[in-house]
Amino acid sequence: MAMITLTIDKQKVAVKEGTTILEAAKQLGINIPTLCYLKEINVIGACRICMVEVQGARTFVAACVAPVAEGMVVRTNTAAVVKARKLVLELILSDHPMECLTCVRNQNCELQRLAEAFGLTEIRFQGATTDYPVDDSSPAIVRDPRKCVLCRRCVSVCAEVQTVRAITAQERGFKTLIAPAFNQGLSEVACVNCGQCALVCPTGAIHEKDDIDKVWAALADPKKHVVVQTAPAVRVTVGEALGMAPGSIVTGKMVAGLRHLGFDKVFDTDFTADLTILEEGNELLQRVNGGGTLPMITSCSPGWIKFIEHFYPDLLPHLSTCKSPQQMFGALAKTYYAQKAGVDPADVFCVSIMPCTAKKFECERPEMNSSGYQDVDVVLTSRELARMFKRVGINLAALPVEEYDAPLGISTGAGEIFGATGGVMEAALRTVYEVVTGKTLDNLDFEMVRGLDGVKEATVPVGDLNVKVAVANGLGNARKLMDAIKAGTADYHFIEIMCCPGGCIGGGGSPIPTNTEIRNKRIAATYVEDKNMPLRKSHENPAVQALYAEFLEKPLGHKSHELLHTKYTPRGQYPEQ
Amino acid sequence: MVACGCKCETTEQAQLIEQLDRIIDEYRGQPRGLIQVLHKAQELVGYCPKWVQVRVAEGLGVSLQEVYGVVTFYALFSLIPKGRHKISVCAGTACYVKGTKMVVKAIRQHLGIKPGQTTEDSRFSLETVRCIGACGLAPAMIIGKDVHGRLEPEQIPEILEQYQ
Amino acid sequence: MKSLAQLEQLKKEMREVLKIRDGVASGPWNYHVMVCGGAGCISSNCRDIVTALKAELAAKGLEKEVKVVLTGCMGPCDMGPVMIVYPEGTFYRRVKPKDAATIVEEHLANGTPVRRLLYRAPGSTEPIPKYSDIDFFKKQHKVVLRNMLYIDPLLIEDYISRDGYGALGKALTQMKPEEVIATVKAAGLRGRGGAGFPSGMKWEFTAKATGSPKYVVCNADEGDPGAFMDRSVLEGDPHSIIEGMTICGYAIGAERGYVYIRAEYPLAIERLEAAIARAREFGFLGQDIFGTGFNFDIEIRIGAGAFVCGEETALLTSIEGRRGEPRPRPPFPANAGLFGKPTVINNVETWANIAPIILNGSEWFASIGTEKSKGTKVFALAGRVNNTGLVEVPMGTTVREIVFDIGGGIPRKKAFKAVQTGGPSGGCIPAEHLDVPVDYDSLGQLGAIMGSGGMIVMDEDTCMVDIAKFFLDFVVDESCGKCSPCRIGTKRALETLERIANGNGKEGDIELLLELCSTIKQTALCGLGQTAPNPVLSTIRYFRHEYEDHIKEHKCQASVCEFKAAEE
Repeated sequence: MAMITLTIDKQKVAVKEGTTILEAAKQLGINIPTLCYLKEINVIGACRICMVEVQGARTFVAACVAPVAEGMVVRTNTAAVVKARKLVLELILSDHPMECLTCVRNQNCELQRLAEAFGLTEIRFQGATTDYPVDDSSPAIVRDPRKCVLCRRCVSVCAEVQTVRAITAQERGFKTLIAPAFNQGLSEVACVNCGQCALVCPTGAIHEKDDIDKVWAALADPKKHVVVQTAPAVRVTVGEALGMAPGSIVTGKMVAGLRHLGFDKVFDTDFTADLTILEEGNELLQRVNGGGTLPMITSCSPGWIKFIEHFYPDLLPHLSTCKSPQQMFGALAKTYYAQKAGVDPADVFCVSIMPCTAKKFECERPEMNSSGYQDVDVVLTSRELARMFKRVGINLAALPVEEYDAPLGISTGAGEIFGATGGVMEAALRTVYEVVTGKTLDNLDFEMVRGLDGVKEATVPVGDLNVKVAVANGLGNARKLMDAIKAGTADYHFIEIMCCPGGCIGGGGSPIPTNTEIRNKRIAATYVEDKNMPLRKSHENPAVQALYAEFLEKPLGHKSHELLHTKYTPRGQYPEQ
Repeated sequence: MVACGCKCETTEQAQLIEQLDRIIDEYRGQPRGLIQVLHKAQELVGYCPKWVQVRVAEGLGVSLQEVYGVVTFYALFSLIPKGRHKISVCAGTACYVKGTKMVVKAIRQHLGIKPGQTTEDSRFSLETVRCIGACGLAPAMIIGKDVHGRLEPEQIPEILEQYQ
Repeated sequence: MKSLAQLEQLKKEMREVLKIRDGVASGPWNYHVMVCGGAGCISSNCRDIVTALKAELAAKGLEKEVKVVLTGCMGPCDMGPVMIVYPEGTFYRRVKPKDAATIVEEHLANGTPVRRLLYRAPGSTEPIPKYSDIDFFKKQHKVVLRNMLYIDPLLIEDYISRDGYGALGKALTQMKPEEVIATVKAAGLRGRGGAGFPSGMKWEFTAKATGSPKYVVCNADEGDPGAFMDRSVLEGDPHSIIEGMTICGYAIGAERGYVYIRAEYPLAIERLEAAIARAREFGFLGQDIFGTGFNFDIEIRIGAGAFVCGEETALLTSIEGRRGEPRPRPPFPANAGLFGKPTVINNVETWANIAPIILNGSEWFASIGTEKSKGTKVFALAGRVNNTGLVEVPMGTTVREIVFDIGGGIPRKKAFKAVQTGGPSGGCIPAEHLDVPVDYDSLGQLGAIMGSGGMIVMDEDTCMVDIAKFFLDFVVDESCGKCSPCRIGTKRALETLERIANGNGKEGDIELLLELCSTIKQTALCGLGQTAPNPVLSTIRYFRHEYEDHIKEHKCQASVCEFKAAEE
């Protein structure tokens, strides 16, 4: 590709043709401020904060969308340009509720940071403000259009990355609103609750529903036996929300922190992830050997489940009937564990810490009460957990490393890698290979299913059978595989789908910011955790073995079906009236 | 009968749906036809209620959000039924300097509706529109297909009486 | 149409039949009565006049000797309904259906013009019978509106008689595509939509761009309040647009064109549809045009009421069936336009200039107008002026000539205050600059713009704060809402103006408006936003004292603004 030479702030720089001024400036260490821009996802030049001066241009130029040109002379910090940016920012703030102190994004808000950087101390424009009502109809996501700066990152991520299109721009001009059609609640439309919108929102206009108070109340209730499970991804992400570097592993400290908060037992979703492998692995073998519907598709990711229910209801038979690890955990916590601990299941209060907003919806699904109670009572995202820690002054870094409680806290590396795209597949392959062939795997690392590629494929010889698998992360990529199934061109045995880009480590409940670079660090940390585990294969998990011996009897057995498997609801994409 | 997402209990409604489907057929599966289909759908139904939008979205293969986004972006598409006679008062510059405000005020006094509203008896709906190109007749308005120009406030009641 | 010779033959025949309209009485006809069918005249019921004339003629058995034709817009809307009687070119104004009997009786049967219907110059009692002697017509130079007084827009044969499709034939059979582009370039034609970008360069960029198919688009989303030039051309001479676009298709290698037209123009849509159908029948559109193997066809896309769709990228997005939100440029449409493909987009008036340029050559065109602004410009003259209507003048004509010579000055002896050009994107030109030549650069220097051609005359009864408020109100209503300076900035500017206009302005408001407006100009995403502040900036520039009167003394000299007590 041709190289272009230009001058930015009197420095010459050579960049590839097609590079934007913004990216070219970055190469010189010049960070032009932005607001609507989100690399690779939202490049639309809407907010007009990144304006720069280009010699010969009639107006200022938006650096995020303007491609470089040979001999271009750019000035990024003239008095005129800085003044213009500041006024644009002042305009944006003139239609923004000044509720920073009571906002969920206080101190982690891009708009707030810009206001600080520009030294904006006064808003000279008073006038009409956006006053659409808050939408809190969804159990997972809250929309507050008053705080929306119309950057449209959420629209882009919803439409382009996830191909869900639950929210778009409505109306026009000053009345423009980002919302579902007819300004309906998110709960009323084909929103999958993935929370990617909340993850990219620069302000507090879209955020997770905060359920912290329910947990505080349970913890304060002496009658309640409060147990908590932590998803695989949380231990490699939550540190970021408490000021640690991306990729920090805080497993043991997090366990200690949860005990400090007052949870009676600190358990691990990794345990039921291992359990999932045994159930799902056997289901796969049963389908392969018994002529069942193939390819079989994983069912751990609740955003993905709602997606297929809305957009590909006719493909539901492809889904594994396994509940997600979170819900398996809930069902067991209020049966197996309650029995074992001698606690009345009615008093067990089951909390999940998830990197996920869709889990909040999942735990409220009507079929998720096979224990006789709502199996999981409250789901908190990683971000909410961080807020709980902050509220009571827990300094995670200073805490000792503690162990999970037994038995539902015992797990293997296979359970841990559920947090990254390809992890479920890899865990399943480790187990299926050994169960089918009776041989020990030399190399546990299935590199071909790891990493951020949208769709990954592999063929793995398992005894006589070449198992053909595919892995997709992000619903846009899932859609490609579903279309292939519909077209009859997907001759896979097994497909893993994770709703969010990168898998759960990029989940909608993760610390903000979450971007490609950070996702990669979290993934790397996930595999470090896996390597550090003494056991790395689900079928070797002694607690799971004990569970079968003491309670479930065998995979796909009667109790399993009752507690660990589920069914799905075709929903369709369009509302019925 | 096809599931149409509406309460089509009468034959009339069923026919309306059939006609709408024929309009959609021209662009079935082609999102690019959205605006053209909405034009014809609105002509057929009189406005763009939710059931029409749902059906158009399904037919063209776009989300309801996108259809609604387009309907609310363009001034010509309406979410509410219009009156039998649509009064469009020209708010082009020539009319403005010659008295659009005065015309709107006179209509408002006579009918009790503001631009964007419809009378309770569904007889008139009132709106101000961009230049209708009758600048020589300023100030002007269109009722139905008739242009009324060189308006004076006292003429308004008499003109409106012609439309029942 | 399989060859140029065939076209020439048809043209010759039609010319012979219709030469009466050039003032040469001939053939079976004694008279051709051309009744103006422009929007203004139609609104004043000119169709009833046609019906009445035909009835009277039939009663007198004259229907074989006198032909009655409904034309496009003749221009002098304020005098409407108007008509011209050929061969001698008698001009009648303010004709009523009941005048038909007299016209037939006295003029068409007995050769005596009806004196009371003739034009009289303001202040004079002496009638001027011939249209060509009337200042309104005399001072114009018609290129775009060349056929308005002469043809029935529904008859392709009428168009052909006046060289119609000759340019297309010439281009296709005698010129290479690059020669066509070179001719348009050499002519110096600049886009008539407002920005004035050289059309030939657009064509050249698109021709050279990689990507296929390519598209030709006509921007007929004329949205400036107070502008009706494009509408008149589409209604009065639709074939000229088809011909221009088809020539471009040949030049750049496109096979498909789209005309994006306002839904508020039903008659224009109807006439253009009819013209396209007729052009297909004659083989000017479709496969193997003029037997050259060149294929081209045109589809109409109807807008849905969004001013911003006049902005080219928004228009293209709208054709694609989406919200008409502008996209950043570059990439320009020449490289990535409709459906991401190379696209030439020009407005109606620009397209209407193409055929004459190809037919008469670039030198001819370049000889009209000024050094940097070639050709003519059509204006919709409206507001407080005697002769409101459609006028076409060579570039470089002064505002004074347009307003006072052609427009006949200000009615009721009021004082001229300013003209506003370019609608919501433009600015005003005050009395002290009345002698400014109308060309892209001179108007730009005054803070006005050429714009698409709306020219609104304002007199002493117009309040400039109110006018700024009117345009800003329009822009706020029409802003697409994508970029923050336009979405919020114009709203804040309007709110400030509203405060000033109702007597709640405060010290410093003017300075704040200036700062706000210059920032919007510099930072908005598209042309709509970048030019939205112009009406405010230009009224402050020339009429700052009116703003100050409103703020400091709660006084509106023109008695337009109503002052209210401060709302707390």
